[in-house]
Amino acid sequence: MRPQTLDIEVPSNARAITRNVELAEAEEHAEAGQTTPLGFWIYLMSDCILFSALFATYAVLRNAVAGGPTGAQLFHLPYVLIETLCLLVSSITYGMVMLALKVQKRRAVLGWLMITAVLGACFITMEVREFAHMIGEGAGPDRSAFLSSFFTLVGTHGLHVTAGLIWMLVMMIQVARTGLTSTNASRLLCLSLFWHFLDIVWIGVFSVVYLMRVIV
Amino acid sequence: MFGKLSLDAIPYQQPIIMGAAAFMGLVAVSVIAALTYFRKWKWLWTEWLTSVDHKKIGVMYIILALVMLLRGFSDAIMMRTQLAIASAGSAGYLPPEHYDQIFTAHGVIMIFFMAMPFMIGLLNLVVPLQIGARDVAFPFLNSLSFWLTAAGFALINLSLVVGEFARTGWLAYPPLSELQYSPGVGVDYYIWSLQVSGVGTTLAGVNFIATILRNRAPGMTLMKMPIFTWTALCSNIMIVAAFPILTVALALLALDRYLGMHFFTNALGGNQMMYVNLIWAWGHPEVYILVLPAFGIFSEIISTFSGKRLFGYATMVYATMAIALGAFITWLHHFFTMGSGADVNAFFGITTMIIAIPTGVKVFNWLFTMYRGRVRFSTPTLWTLGFMVTFVIGGMTGVLMAVPPADFVLHNSLFLVAHFHNVLIGGVVFGYLAGLSYWFPKIFGFKLNEKLGKWAFWCWLIGFYIAFVPLYMLGLMGVTRRVNHFDNPVWHAYFVAAAIGAFVILCGILFEVAQLIVSIKQRESNRDLTGDPWGGRTLEWSVSSPPPFYNFAVIPEVQTRDAFWEMKKIGPPRASRYRPIHMPRNTATGVIIGAFSFALGFGLIWHIWWMALVGLLGIVISLITHSFNQHREYFVPAVDIARIERLRSPALIQQV
Amino acid sequence: MNDAQIHSSGASEGSLPTYLLGFALALILTAAAFWMVMSGGVSRSAALAGVSALAVVQIAVHLICFLHMNRSSDARWNRMAFLFAVIIIGILVAGSLWIMNHLHQNMMPMLMD
Repeated sequence: MRPQTLDIEVPSNARAITRNVELAEAEEHAEAGQTTPLGFWIYLMSDCILFSALFATYAVLRNAVAGGPTGAQLFHLPYVLIETLCLLVSSITYGMVMLALKVQKRRAVLGWLMITAVLGACFITMEVREFAHMIGEGAGPDRSAFLSSFFTLVGTHGLHVTAGLIWMLVMMIQVARTGLTSTNASRLLCLSLFWHFLDIVWIGVFSVVYLMRVIV
Repeated sequence: MFGKLSLDAIPYQQPIIMGAAAFMGLVAVSVIAALTYFRKWKWLWTEWLTSVDHKKIGVMYIILALVMLLRGFSDAIMMRTQLAIASAGSAGYLPPEHYDQIFTAHGVIMIFFMAMPFMIGLLNLVVPLQIGARDVAFPFLNSLSFWLTAAGFALINLSLVVGEFARTGWLAYPPLSELQYSPGVGVDYYIWSLQVSGVGTTLAGVNFIATILRNRAPGMTLMKMPIFTWTALCSNIMIVAAFPILTVALALLALDRYLGMHFFTNALGGNQMMYVNLIWAWGHPEVYILVLPAFGIFSEIISTFSGKRLFGYATMVYATMAIALGAFITWLHHFFTMGSGADVNAFFGITTMIIAIPTGVKVFNWLFTMYRGRVRFSTPTLWTLGFMVTFVIGGMTGVLMAVPPADFVLHNSLFLVAHFHNVLIGGVVFGYLAGLSYWFPKIFGFKLNEKLGKWAFWCWLIGFYIAFVPLYMLGLMGVTRRVNHFDNPVWHAYFVAAAIGAFVILCGILFEVAQLIVSIKQRESNRDLTGDPWGGRTLEWSVSSPPPFYNFAVIPEVQTRDAFWEMKKIGPPRASRYRPIHMPRNTATGVIIGAFSFALGFGLIWHIWWMALVGLLGIVISLITHSFNQHREYFVPAVDIARIERLRSPALIQQV
Repeated sequence: MNDAQIHSSGASEGSLPTYLLGFALALILTAAAFWMVMSGGVSRSAALAGVSALAVVQIAVHLICFLHMNRSSDARWNRMAFLFAVIIIGILVAGSLWIMNHLHQNMMPMLMD
């Protein structure tokens, strides 16, 4: 329901600024559609820097084991490999979400979102078990600076993944309720940026924290 | 049930604090009484608290900043008075436990709750108007950012009355800030008020970058933007890059304190220097974040009041970018003395000196802008000239300390204190006060009283030198910072002089308060009817004062730099049709999340875990609920726009 | 009211082949990194270098195949923001390690180190 436009009389010695209303409206929507993902991307860059500060701290404190357990003693690489695969496959399944979105298939979007969430939940469950096990063995974050930085770096990533899962749940509800509107599409796009970015951070984590610890 | 909180938390035995609390309480009660008496609660809620209008949010930020300026300055007066009394052998009236909280609070308030909100407030007021936009890219996020800052403001103000504040200095170095040496709630107040408001600041950074990149009027390429917008862009990029580092540093300290971790503890492998490293990796960019917009303000003012376009616009832009990037490679100069050795010190010493060069370029550009211009000595111009002299001196003392061997003598002396106040007051404070007097008429529709403004400026300028030149001298004589009494009678006279200077600055502040009151009373005779009270050059002056809520009835098309100046030369554009304008609705979500954030912070500080949980859940649920809201925007019908535009003063320079 | 066409920056169209290619590459790179360490047959320094290199390559794969970072003008600001972030990350991590390393050498190491 759009109100009428109105012409106004004004002195004539002026430059013309003319626009077609529909074109301008469409432009406005396209513009808005571009701005939200850009804003989200910028936030994501700040999150990258946040993780890099955690990585830097981990790197500085990696040997501060205070006579306690080391990474080589604690980490089970096959377990980490499975976690990694969960997250990697979930990245692909989210890609399927975006492809389904492109062709406007609501059921497919919901289905792939569900699968992605399940995989993400597997990852988190495995990680929580790993943490609980380590804490049970006396290798908790209060044992040494090395362990503090391990738990914080990996745990922060895990908290981000958990937030992503909550977001996924909300998106599933919203898509189920209102369909594939442009708002939901924009949000799904932001979530995809978030989810892929978390997988990228995980590459850093499994390389620097797990693999390199076992080597060194 | 209430964690560590009990009635004992209120410091009944300390008369100074109770007096301050009574004063704060009185002010709060008066405001509430006035709102009730004039029946303005609904107006406050709908027009201001739930607003997503950048102009209103900007005003709220600046009000918050000015209130905190008063509180931070009270801390300063207390310190100067204490030292004036206690530098000849007496103990003074502030014991160390209290004095330590005062200098900590002074720094935290001035940087985080005065300068940052003042800056973000000015950005909010001006940037969308300067780029020809209707609002920022994410109006709800803007409101949220403000309310998170307000929650931090509430926490730090509460710390005066309920509990205590940190005694660690404004950066709270461990191990002093660890639980073992600061078992009270002071450091927790510090951590959580900064974390909550820090999130708000980071989000504001994202918002302004997106706004400047995406919401510019058609035809306004980056190199045609006003110079203030350029400095805003670079400063916000720095915010987004630097604040995550602060978040991490404070979070790790919190993990040490709350979960017994060992990032920075003495025992079990902690490394205190990593905190120092991280906090300054944030801290150095932070001061450039503050000063770049001030530089932008001075550029705008000096070109307007010289009647000339800014000299060397392109080099100004490149210099700004160079400063923004260079600010990230100098941070070690804050801890030269901590043992990193000659190689590291030399590298950072050199980078610190290099970063003075682009600032020098800017100073010359300002001078060349004035050269052969017709300079009008209004209040904003005076602030600018005062800045140019004062900031250059402060910069030079900084370059002096950039030489590591010199810094080994001067680190943590009063020379350092004088240096950073020199650049912060001369650069940041003068800049923001100049911006306030420059843009006040645009936002409120009337000019500030010039005479009182000039009196305020001279008090600030003269007071600054009387207060801080003695500190430079004391620093060279070896006097250390953060000490509440001295026994050397030679130094006494210098401390007394410094205290006198502080009182002269106090007069400056009182003149500004008077200026505000008098200007409001005289507003009818000072009305800005044309929208362009200063002969401005940029788009914000093309709309009425105050602007309509949608800013521009028709988005202008820009052809050149100094777009409004050109528009004035060419004449008003031909009318176009008014089209309905898409505007965001007000929302209470920002206020609500702010309130829950306060609860989260307070609960964490006092170990009231259920309150913290309620706060956290409240934030998450509010965000999710808000995302389900489909009715976030509305159209302003063209008829309404026409009516509003007709009611605007007919003396408006640009009729559309 | 409006079509759901997402014309959005930073996510120019993905396609099934690109995702599958990215997946395959990521799998290989992950497997290679784990194998390098778990097999024990690679020397220490080679493993360190190898794991780092594989990580960098895999991050690039993710950026290109999943985040659709490319040279198009649509994605210009995203690219520049990313590059800036990389520079800052480099400065922060390298700078911190350099500084902390020198501090460690110069100051007496704590007993528990």
